[in-house]
Amino acid sequence: MSGASSSTSPVAARISQRRDDGTGALVGYLPIGFPDLDTSIEAAVALVENGVDILELGLPYSDPVMDGPVIQAAAQQSLANGFKLRHAFDAVRAVKERVSAPVLLMTYWNPIIQFGVDSFADQLQAAGGAGLITPDLVPDEATGWLAASDRTGLDRVFLAAPSSSETRLRRTAEVSRGFVYAVSTMGITGARADVDRAARGLVGRLRDVGVDGESAFTCVGIGISTGKQVREVLGYADGAIVGSALVAALAEGGVSAVAACAAGLSEGTAPVGADDAIAAVADVAREGSVSA
Amino acid sequence: MTDTSALSSATHTSTTQTVPGAPVEVSAGLQQPGPYFGEYGGRFVPESLIAALDELTAAWEAAKADPAFGLELSDLHRTYTGRPSIITEVPRFAAHAGGARIILKREDLNHTGSHKINNVLGQALLTKRIGKTRVIAETGAGQHGVATATAAALFGMDCVIYMGEVDTERQALNVARMRLLGAEVVAVTSGSRTLKDAINDAMRDWVTNVETTNYIFGTVAGPHPFPAMVRDLQRIIGDEAREQVIELTGSLPSAVAACVGGGSNAMGIFTAFIDDPEVALYGYEAAGDGADTPRHAATITKGRPGVLHGARSYLLQDEDGQTVESHSISAGLDYPGVGPEHAWLADIGRANYRPITDAQAMNALRLLSRTEGIIPAIESAHALAGALELGKELGPESVILVNLSGRGDKDMTTAGTYFDLLDAGAEQQ
Repeated sequence: MSGASSSTSPVAARISQRRDDGTGALVGYLPIGFPDLDTSIEAAVALVENGVDILELGLPYSDPVMDGPVIQAAAQQSLANGFKLRHAFDAVRAVKERVSAPVLLMTYWNPIIQFGVDSFADQLQAAGGAGLITPDLVPDEATGWLAASDRTGLDRVFLAAPSSSETRLRRTAEVSRGFVYAVSTMGITGARADVDRAARGLVGRLRDVGVDGESAFTCVGIGISTGKQVREVLGYADGAIVGSALVAALAEGGVSAVAACAAGLSEGTAPVGADDAIAAVADVAREGSVSA
Repeated sequence: MTDTSALSSATHTSTTQTVPGAPVEVSAGLQQPGPYFGEYGGRFVPESLIAALDELTAAWEAAKADPAFGLELSDLHRTYTGRPSIITEVPRFAAHAGGARIILKREDLNHTGSHKINNVLGQALLTKRIGKTRVIAETGAGQHGVATATAAALFGMDCVIYMGEVDTERQALNVARMRLLGAEVVAVTSGSRTLKDAINDAMRDWVTNVETTNYIFGTVAGPHPFPAMVRDLQRIIGDEAREQVIELTGSLPSAVAACVGGGSNAMGIFTAFIDDPEVALYGYEAAGDGADTPRHAATITKGRPGVLHGARSYLLQDEDGQTVESHSISAGLDYPGVGPEHAWLADIGRANYRPITDAQAMNALRLLSRTEGIIPAIESAHALAGALELGKELGPESVILVNLSGRGDKDMTTAGTYFDLLDAGAEQQ
């Protein structure tokens, strides 16, 4: 059964809806507990109120090898402020009481092992969470999580990289549910000027193994920081994931700044045709980077 | 047992299917090929690194099966490292160990001053074989960083060493050595600013630059193939020592002792004895102020299983799975994780892991210096302190082989301060 989709996944349903609108989904990341628990909840709600379709809330972890300096620093501050795993359920519950957007958790794997994979899944489901994005858990090592997510129906978003072999992409597509997280470029989280080249090729290869954009979805992450980049990515993928740019805005200007940042990013999700001028600019940019 | 190849392996196993035609041997004993050692090991890394780990695994299996690679490495060890390293019996030191015979394997005499060069030369040759031109490494005490910078100079490769900012301060001379050798040293300021954070930053570099860059990992931890590959490159220590001890004493030793941080020198000397059930294996962890205080690095003694730096193993962590900072007077043992094969050997009872405090290690360091004229690294002094205890337990008939994994030159600032040797206080010692 091909994953990256499921009729029961609210994440897939939201992406599908945005695809039907003629665009794609904006996925927004913020770490829980940064700068403090209450503000992180306010900021997450503000993202949705400003056009973010799907929330990705990060569990702060002491050794985040996939993250760049902006997210590392935020996670470290959250931990220093006393973040505990149980706060993740509080945060998901508080956000879900106020917005209907699906909420995924992004987490490194050791905290989940220590909590217990099954009980974490149960509590996340009870809090209204949609599933997990697991940056350092590949399907090969995920037996326990595959079983727990099948039992609970939670989404499981695995990563695909430009360096992944076709066999691995096929396996990742099969086991992912919600969407496949396409890593736009070889590297760690953080804003980049050029996110297009490797990402476009990777999304094409995922299409070839069945992530077709109709029943199964690919969202592109890492390096995206502007509405223009969001629009560019949605020209070939089903969703665009933004993290560091939002975290930096929250760090610098609080909830109002992160709200403004989200509003700017969501301009990139306006359905094509609603703003032909921007689309045309994006097309030019896309041609340019393909030939570069 | 052959001595023509640096990769001699009487019980070596290879079950990978990535190298068609490679000889597949069936292990008769305990040595595991990876990626798993019982429930430990594996590859808990971002998908972006999997292709590089697959490439490295295949390259390593192919190199291991290629006699030319083994000969090139053993030639380097003979003409550059200074192998085989000798063994030295230390009776005046052993007099403080209940009269047991104590024999040191002298990895301190290797070029660059520790066992780290054994692994680094192998991985540098492998880097050349896969056509990459830039190497990166993490370092704690600086020994692995110095060894990597040395190999990079020898092979003409670009080299970047990641070192926690705290460690760059307490091992400033090694920073200068690495820079003199032409390496760039990056002081890591994230997290606890020590070895674990240096590994995080090296992994981030590798994720970003994997096309041109090979990560020369320093110990038997990390994702597969590192635990098995580093062990295979370090097993030369035990392979040599096993023959040397038999030649000297006529039989196998009663026990083998080594210090354990990540655990590469210990796996290097244990592996040759792992299928000799009459030889007891002892790993000595850094207990800092004491294993029952919050300040230690006794991972197997006090930790519990979890995932860090790409492998499942024992780990010092809080109830939420956040890594806890370790503490040891020895920068090389100051690490909250341990190699997965050690975790497995501990669980099945094949090897024993015990804590040694800073004070015990420093006393052993001074005792060896004064009774034998050999100044050991503080890391290795943990194994010496363990041997002092062990000799009293096992009695005067016993023979204890200790891996003297490094020399103490790098530790003179620490030792000078600890024993108050740097001014008039020296008179009192």
